[in-house]
Amino acid sequence: MTWIPNWMHRLASPPAFYAFAGRLQPWLWGASAALLGYGLVGGLALAPADYQQGEGFRIIYVHVPAAWMSLFIYTVMAGAAVIALVWRIKLAECVLTSCAPVGASFTALALVSGMLWGKPMWGTFWTWSDPRLVSELILLFLYVGISGLQQAITDPRAAARACALLAVVGFVNVPIVHYSVEWWNTLHQGPTITKFDKPSIHVSMLWPLLSAALGFTTFFAGVLLQRVQNELLWRERGNPWVKEAIA
Amino acid sequence: MEAFLAVMARELRLAARRRAEWALPLVFYAVVATLFALGASPNAPWLKVAGPSILWVGALLAALLSLERLFRGDYDDGTLEQFFVSPQPVSLLVAGKLLAQWLVIGLPLTLLAPVLGIAFGMGAELTGVLVLSLGLGLPALVLLAGFASALVVGLPRTGVLLPVLVLPLVCPVVIFGAGAVRAAEGGAPAGAPLYFLGAILVLCVCGVPLAAAAALKNALD
Amino acid sequence: MSDFLNMGGYAVYVWGSYAAAAAVFAWNLAVPLLRRRALRRELHAGQGEAS
Repeated sequence: MTWIPNWMHRLASPPAFYAFAGRLQPWLWGASAALLGYGLVGGLALAPADYQQGEGFRIIYVHVPAAWMSLFIYTVMAGAAVIALVWRIKLAECVLTSCAPVGASFTALALVSGMLWGKPMWGTFWTWSDPRLVSELILLFLYVGISGLQQAITDPRAAARACALLAVVGFVNVPIVHYSVEWWNTLHQGPTITKFDKPSIHVSMLWPLLSAALGFTTFFAGVLLQRVQNELLWRERGNPWVKEAIA
Repeated sequence: MEAFLAVMARELRLAARRRAEWALPLVFYAVVATLFALGASPNAPWLKVAGPSILWVGALLAALLSLERLFRGDYDDGTLEQFFVSPQPVSLLVAGKLLAQWLVIGLPLTLLAPVLGIAFGMGAELTGVLVLSLGLGLPALVLLAGFASALVVGLPRTGVLLPVLVLPLVCPVVIFGAGAVRAAEGGAPAGAPLYFLGAILVLCVCGVPLAAAAALKNALD
Repeated sequence: MSDFLNMGGYAVYVWGSYAAAAAVFAWNLAVPLLRRRALRRELHAGQGEAS
């Protein structure tokens, strides 16, 4: 493993990471608050109403970032899972188990906001023919399953490695689910739902959206660091650095 | 290869001794299908439409419930530890065990399905597609369920955790499996979904024994 | 102002999803912080016996 830079090795040691995470967090919270603030004001007030969807399109500033987070967090989790399985790095184990509940919450948000958007726009809360909706639902089940598995196994290392295996298998599963629903959809020509063409989004609508998405991402980074810190404190309890950290 | 066959033969011998192991899933399957039919108004037309879905999910649950304790006995009596001290790759031994499980549980369910299919008003061609789709889909399901039960082996009570872990993973199998039957029902060729099922099965056969072996190793460490 | 709150008739849906977002953010903030407090208490209490 000589190709892994030295600073990375040092950072992966629990006390170093704990301190690093503590220093980074205020910046993340600040950036997140600023980005979310701009996204909120820009999305709710500054952006003009959509010519097709009226004011209803403002749900986009919740829905799209949440859906983005649901996939982003899963990718982070699967990446950490591979690192945990291959190199047995403790820090990666903590990252992956900390991802699951946060990812589940954002996936649930994407589903709820998607349903609230779907009702006025498509006339229905839910449709089984949209592969994105169904994939999100399966993603939620996967997140919940990983959380459940982690809580069922008492030894934290064994729990994390079991979760890592499940996360990797689930990662392969998600695109398969997506394409199978798409195929399924071509099979049964059910009630066709009028979907809006992708409108060329106006700049005054786009910037708040990007800002909100980045705000969600930095928020997730902050929460993740906080959770990883907790996990490290618990796992390393009894070590001298923990006593110093909580003194 | 010899070890693979030996593990398989051992599983089959054990199953032959315990008849309930393969007979009860069949009864369960029939009861579930009956309950669906009884829950509907008599001879409701939607029952025929929902037939493929009901028969697929019924087979899924029947197989899943019997796989919960897949590695339990081997874990308790130390057979699993023997797997790890043997010179053979553990994934191969696990594959043998899972293949035997499919023979004991999956195959009888596949053969029972056409009988239930007739009760749901399926014609000869449809039941043929149903059997084919279950034949390709249930082995994949047994593999995935084996992986999940390897994850939870050694835990005092797993209860509903195993289905929660497995069911999201088998969504594509159900979509293509029941989809093949519905495609045939609508007069469309059922080839494409069956090929997809085959592809998923190949993917599972290649990947799942390795993952299951890793999960068992993790549980034993 | 009431125009703004009304959201062109979509008030329930728009504010509903923003409320859901607020709930998710609050939950994500609260859970690790509460856990941290519990950990501090627990680790302080257990310091004597821990090796």
